[in-house]
Amino acid sequence: MATDDTNVIDQPEVMKPRMVTIEIAGKKVDVPEGITVIKAMWYAGMDVVRGVGCLGGFCGACATYYRTKDDPKVRTCLACQMAVQDGMSFTMMPPFPARKATYDIQTLQDPKQDLFNLYPEAPLCRNCNACTEACPQKIDVREGVWKAVFGDFKSVSEMFMDCVMCGMCTPVCIADIAPNLVALYVSRAQGAHFADKPVGLDTRIQEIQDGRFNDDWSKVLKMNKKELADYCATVK
Amino acid sequence: MDIHALQHIVHQTRDARRQQTIPKFSPADRDQLIHKYHPDFRASAYRPIRFGPNEGDRTVVELATLLEGDSPIQDHAELTPHHTTDVLVIGGGGAGCAAALHAHGAGSNVILATKLRLGDSNSVMAQGGMQISVAPEDSPVTHFIDTLKGGHMENDHDLLKVMVEEGPAIAKWLIELGVLFDRQADGNLHVKKGGGSSKPRLLTCSDYTGLEIMRVLKDEVINQKIHVLEFAAAIELLSDGNGACTGAIFKDLDNQRHIVVSAKSVILATGGIGRLHIQGFPTSNHYGATGDGLCLSYRMGAKLAHIDTFQYHPSGAVYPEQLIGALVTEGIRSEGGHLVNAKGERFVNELDTRDVVSSSIIRECEEGRGIRTMSGRVGVWLDTPLLDAEHGPGTVEKHFPAMVMQFDRFGIDISKDPVLIYPTLHYQNGGVKIDTNSETNVKNLFVAGEASGGLHGRNRLMGNSLLDLMVFGKRSGLTAAGRAGTMKQGKLTLQHLDRFRAEAKKHGNVSGVISPMILPAYTRKVG
Repeated sequence: MATDDTNVIDQPEVMKPRMVTIEIAGKKVDVPEGITVIKAMWYAGMDVVRGVGCLGGFCGACATYYRTKDDPKVRTCLACQMAVQDGMSFTMMPPFPARKATYDIQTLQDPKQDLFNLYPEAPLCRNCNACTEACPQKIDVREGVWKAVFGDFKSVSEMFMDCVMCGMCTPVCIADIAPNLVALYVSRAQGAHFADKPVGLDTRIQEIQDGRFNDDWSKVLKMNKKELADYCATVK
Repeated sequence: MDIHALQHIVHQTRDARRQQTIPKFSPADRDQLIHKYHPDFRASAYRPIRFGPNEGDRTVVELATLLEGDSPIQDHAELTPHHTTDVLVIGGGGAGCAAALHAHGAGSNVILATKLRLGDSNSVMAQGGMQISVAPEDSPVTHFIDTLKGGHMENDHDLLKVMVEEGPAIAKWLIELGVLFDRQADGNLHVKKGGGSSKPRLLTCSDYTGLEIMRVLKDEVINQKIHVLEFAAAIELLSDGNGACTGAIFKDLDNQRHIVVSAKSVILATGGIGRLHIQGFPTSNHYGATGDGLCLSYRMGAKLAHIDTFQYHPSGAVYPEQLIGALVTEGIRSEGGHLVNAKGERFVNELDTRDVVSSSIIRECEEGRGIRTMSGRVGVWLDTPLLDAEHGPGTVEKHFPAMVMQFDRFGIDISKDPVLIYPTLHYQNGGVKIDTNSETNVKNLFVAGEASGGLHGRNRLMGNSLLDLMVFGKRSGLTAAGRAGTMKQGKLTLQHLDRFRAEAKKHGNVSGVISPMILPAYTRKVG
């Protein structure tokens, strides 16, 4: 799939780098200090197809477990958003087979009650807090699951606005809850059923249907190039 | 010198700068600035395309080479379909999901194929918002005029009118699906002012607008049980021998096998070209932004528009090294953030259009008023702490949580320290020429979103991309679905490829380049 050998990781400091030794999925490699985890994999000659998405910290494709030198604690990160350091050890999380409920968000009759039909495991949280510790976005995931169960959908939707759906909260859950999927359902239900209806938006849609802007349109669309440019210049 | 020492001047000059107003450039000055400094005007980076529908048109060397590239498919490839469908959508970003959902909603069988995962796209990264004229003092006509100005008057009027008029209905659709747009106290949609716009018009979901929309659309595609093929990269289109598109061939990136899909209509929603690193620029784009759709449609005979113009977003991160090219949202400038050179001076009205702001940053750096990092990169300051000074402590954290988190991971608190930025390759202004139904000059071949061209003229206005995706995703999906009931599936042939290869041979194209690229070649081969 590579058509040439253009190598964008050979940035100036990568050309004359201070090298560090890291472990990628158990294999020791030397890579330049400070490059991202994903760039370290490319530097080590690995083709990465699964596990890379937006490269900007938003898509959640590159969920990764890592450990720093001599620290027993295994942490989580997004591989495109984490710099490597000497003695670091990491491996990417494979796609995790969490169950996603399917639903028609618009026709839900009682979204707060429906939560328990769609995700009956949601109220079984045993408060271990592993999901919160696993979240690379620093969301208080455990709190979010409880708020969902108690019907505080508004708070959940606000807390999970940062959620990139990396799914790192799912494999750690001893009650088999997929908190990110629960929160996604809750957020959508909040938006579709409990958020205020924006009256101004309906008014604008009606105005367009009723042709309120037709005169303005015909004026603008009749202009020749010069007239249009002159008119545009008057709009500040 | 240490980067932290260099930023003192930003703190020192902040109060004085707050008293200043910087006027926008006059049209003449603006043209002069752009011609001198914008990368679109660097003649050595361009060459004419040697053959095909855009023969003689100029574009960047990187793209011209791929457009002229050969197909990986052999003449006698097996074309027995593995899947048959009414509507084949190629691409799993915003336009692809919108197209698939609308075609499915209109009763069609739909397959959505994407080379990464469903939703891995540029759409998911859109932070600034979505322009829709919902405010009482605003109107679709004003939105039209603002966009024309931003696009240097070269936008396709018909496409643009459709986009601005259908915007409000799109907002309603998204809200009904559960998208949580920011609200005013009275429940109406909160609107922010974007660069180049005369009225506040940006609908936002804090600085996660694209992420929120994509979370919802992805979920909806799955809920509607639309057939999704992931890690399936389109490598060639299929034609019926009479110039109409009838399907596509994919490469399964897990096992390298070919997948043939026959379809009554094909909707390409393959996004942009940032990962071609045109002129060596870093990019804000996702891993798969390699212009595949342009190459595929070009070989089918589809005409491209405005492919000589690209958008370099003014504020790509320059420091830390790990964030090179990553976007620092325009929202910071919308809320009053200043751009500051090494002398502590402002040098442009920060809310001017993207091409103007980018050109002015390049000017500052080329004329020696930039700030150089330890790794040799150059940029100017974006005064983020100013927002807290102006609107009260906590403003940056409250309004830009994604930005705060991104820099915090590298120990930088953007509410206290300014950010070093330089333009980053962000968007392909042009693309495959389409009509108001999103169809190309190749029958039954639709293109939606960034891969399409004409709507944005020579410079896309901030916030118009998300709307483009939704409006033309919808139109392509509905048109393709509307046709499916009354038409028969055409033959699957590679006749367009025979024609393309004959033409390439005539023009002596022996580059040996195979396109589409699919993924950039970042894996180190030596060492």
